[in-house]
Amino acid sequence: MLSRMTNKNNVEKQFEILRTLVAIAIALSIAFIIILLISDNPINALASFVIGPLTTTRRLGNIVEALIPLLFTGTAVSLIFSANQTNLAVEGAFFIGGVGASFMATQLNLPPGIHLVVALIVAGIIGALACGIPAILYIKFDARPVVSSLMVNYVCLYLGLAVINHVIRDPAAGFLASFKFNKTAVLPKIIKGTNVHFGIFLGIIIVILGYLYLYKYKKGYEIRMVGKNVDFAKYSGINVNSVLMSAQLLGGFIAGMGGAVEVLGMYNRFQYQKLTGHGFDGILVGIIAKNNPKLVPLTALFLAYIRVGADVMSRVSDIPIELVSIIQAIIIMFVVAERFLYKLKHKKIVSLSRNEINEKEEIVNG
Amino acid sequence: MARNILSMEDITKVYPNGFVANKNVNLSVNEGEIHALIGENGAGKSTLMKILFGVEKADEGKILLNGEEIQIDNPNVAIGHGIGMVHQHFMLVPSLTVAENVVVGMEPKTNGFFSMEKTIKITKEASELYNFKVDPRSKIKDLTVGMKQKVEILKALVRGAKILILDEPTAVLTPQETTELFKELKGLKEKGYTIIFISHKLNEIIELCDRITIMRDGKIVGVEKVGKITEQDISRMMVGRDIILEVIKEKAKPKQPVLNIQNIIKYSTPEKKILNDVSFIVRSGEILGIAGVEGNGQKELSEIITGMDESYDGEISINDTNIKKLSIRDIRELGVSHISEDRMTYGIVGDGTIAENMISDRYYKKKYQKGFLLNFEKIKKESKELIEMFNVKCDGHKQPINMLSGGNMQKVVAAREFTSGSTLVIANQPTRGIDVGASSFIRNKLIELRDQGDAILLISADLNEVLEVSDSLIVMNNGEIAAYFEDAKLVNEDELGEYMLGLKRMTDEEIRRVADVK
Repeated sequence: MLSRMTNKNNVEKQFEILRTLVAIAIALSIAFIIILLISDNPINALASFVIGPLTTTRRLGNIVEALIPLLFTGTAVSLIFSANQTNLAVEGAFFIGGVGASFMATQLNLPPGIHLVVALIVAGIIGALACGIPAILYIKFDARPVVSSLMVNYVCLYLGLAVINHVIRDPAAGFLASFKFNKTAVLPKIIKGTNVHFGIFLGIIIVILGYLYLYKYKKGYEIRMVGKNVDFAKYSGINVNSVLMSAQLLGGFIAGMGGAVEVLGMYNRFQYQKLTGHGFDGILVGIIAKNNPKLVPLTALFLAYIRVGADVMSRVSDIPIELVSIIQAIIIMFVVAERFLYKLKHKKIVSLSRNEINEKEEIVNG
Repeated sequence: MARNILSMEDITKVYPNGFVANKNVNLSVNEGEIHALIGENGAGKSTLMKILFGVEKADEGKILLNGEEIQIDNPNVAIGHGIGMVHQHFMLVPSLTVAENVVVGMEPKTNGFFSMEKTIKITKEASELYNFKVDPRSKIKDLTVGMKQKVEILKALVRGAKILILDEPTAVLTPQETTELFKELKGLKEKGYTIIFISHKLNEIIELCDRITIMRDGKIVGVEKVGKITEQDISRMMVGRDIILEVIKEKAKPKQPVLNIQNIIKYSTPEKKILNDVSFIVRSGEILGIAGVEGNGQKELSEIITGMDESYDGEISINDTNIKKLSIRDIRELGVSHISEDRMTYGIVGDGTIAENMISDRYYKKKYQKGFLLNFEKIKKESKELIEMFNVKCDGHKQPINMLSGGNMQKVVAAREFTSGSTLVIANQPTRGIDVGASSFIRNKLIELRDQGDAILLISADLNEVLEVSDSLIVMNNGEIAAYFEDAKLVNEDELGEYMLGLKRMTDEEIRRVADVK
């Protein structure tokens, strides 16, 4: 009987995985159909989309480059969403973290290494502030984080641009950009012929730390309990407000640091003119990963891959890069649809239970 | 003579979590009878009735009404066939009047607009016809539980119900209200209505019903005429053994006061006091029971004592420490355990594993840490021990708790709260909605804790429980203590009902005895 129960547990788990895979398959099939319908040379377009990213070192590098920031924002979102807080300021935190790091990288003169560490930490603190504001507004004034965090994103964007424009703008650049970063603050490139930089290691460390924090550390247990049932957490003696605060500060810190890693690793000066979307991509990653940092690398890799695939395809065929947004949207819709494939799962469970009863009766009846 | 009006044949229902609630169930109900459906919690009574009322869909089987097969896909279809149901939890709009609630969904109109006049008229006529004394114009929120229930029954009758399903209607009623309800139900029976009465109170069934269907483990184990079967037989069929209603315990040997409550006042609205000058003492080694109809301040009291509610006047000390400024965790650290009446909201985290549910009050302590991280070996070991000790039927400590039955969930709650090294246990409805086996297990654990020197405050709507388990007893009515009995064994049930309903009240001196240090 016990083994039967295990089977039922497994059915639950299997269907979680199956649902995600089917969602991805459906999304990709729809993408293929669209390609077939609108492309003059669909085979070529498809091939460039599916295999394109693997064909050159440069493109392989592109995948890793796209992956790095998602490791940060995906982990940040996992922390915040695990506390059941829909705080979208990860986006703003990433942006303003990049600005903060740029300020440090252009204005300070510190020894190599130390300069970088200072820039990352400052960016983290600024990011923590960005995500902390909606948290405080919620705790003190019951303002829904969904709304306030979206507003915070605008504040981050324009405040950041103001700093770039008025404080560290390089008039010689010819466009709105900061001075060039000091060499002591940038992340070294690690693979020749690509822009893959040292940030990949930092990203992996963050994912590991994020996982340990959330699933192996007492504070992470608090976050998850608060997220799953806040009344239960309160009743058990957990200080809910402090948990909400720390989850969001920490998430903001990671996102801000991610912004720093991105600008200091990929570019030689700050040159964003608008929000980068890395925070929202992090939400995508977090949702598909079910807010578990352990799954963040895989989902981030998948997202990075189809991004690069779409990019390659748009360059070698007549399909625009926006196709990838359709794929993302479809995947997310199916993944969040709790009852998708529900009937199949229910049938499976019914038949398992039936066997269980029959077995029991056989035992009883000898 | 007895004509079959309704039968359910070979009903099988499996819930999404794999729980088989009904297995090849056959139920047959005659016209004009009061038919009891009885069984332990989790035996499948409620599920069967939900299928009949169209709330749940059976996986197999069919329903015959007057010999014809019918499909009941939703409650509207059920009502269309003349089947009405009164749920355990009322489905009424508190801010509207009785009359408005009665006509919800079938509002009478004049010139296309809602007509209050006709609404009142319909309700008045119905309540006179069936001899239900309700005022059509009063608001639901001002009514007693018993009155609300009458409104629910009226609602079903006005919709043309010929078959009434009552899901544990007496669970929320005082003895007096129960008597009144039975009179009304017998009146309906005389008028030719058929009633399906779900309960697990044997004496009520014997008093009220004609026939009885007994369920166990999702199956029918017997259909009998009342009068041809004894209470002992029924209970044996229900649980497969004789229920020992008597709780075996030694006489309490109370020692020093642990919980000292003096003059607690709590306002629920600016005008209304939900707790009005409540004082009592619970001593080490005794179980003080609180009897009373729900909503008379018991819930507020338990929330104040456990630190979940901080807005009150008065003094509370636990082991001589005033708790006014303490957090929930501080209070738990003083040795307070708390079983909340609302298991699904406070007692457990449904999406969590059994282990996660068992450590929520202690995970931060030193012995559960290993270096910087949680010591999962220790957590696993302890969870397994608790599962064994509390006899939780499950598939290991990592199983999601929402795959367990209610009784086993409550055992997990008890496993946590009863092993926290407590000196004071606040047990608010500790056995509500769980099966007899789990209930008696939890009651015995409470007595065990008492014998180890814990002070226990037992709040329960189950009279049997509060009378049997408690050493001494207070009765709460309208936010006040209405009576104090030093020996719970000597309390007469009828007298208790009168105190609960506020018909009687002891003198202040008599009540004050519970708050004096002896």
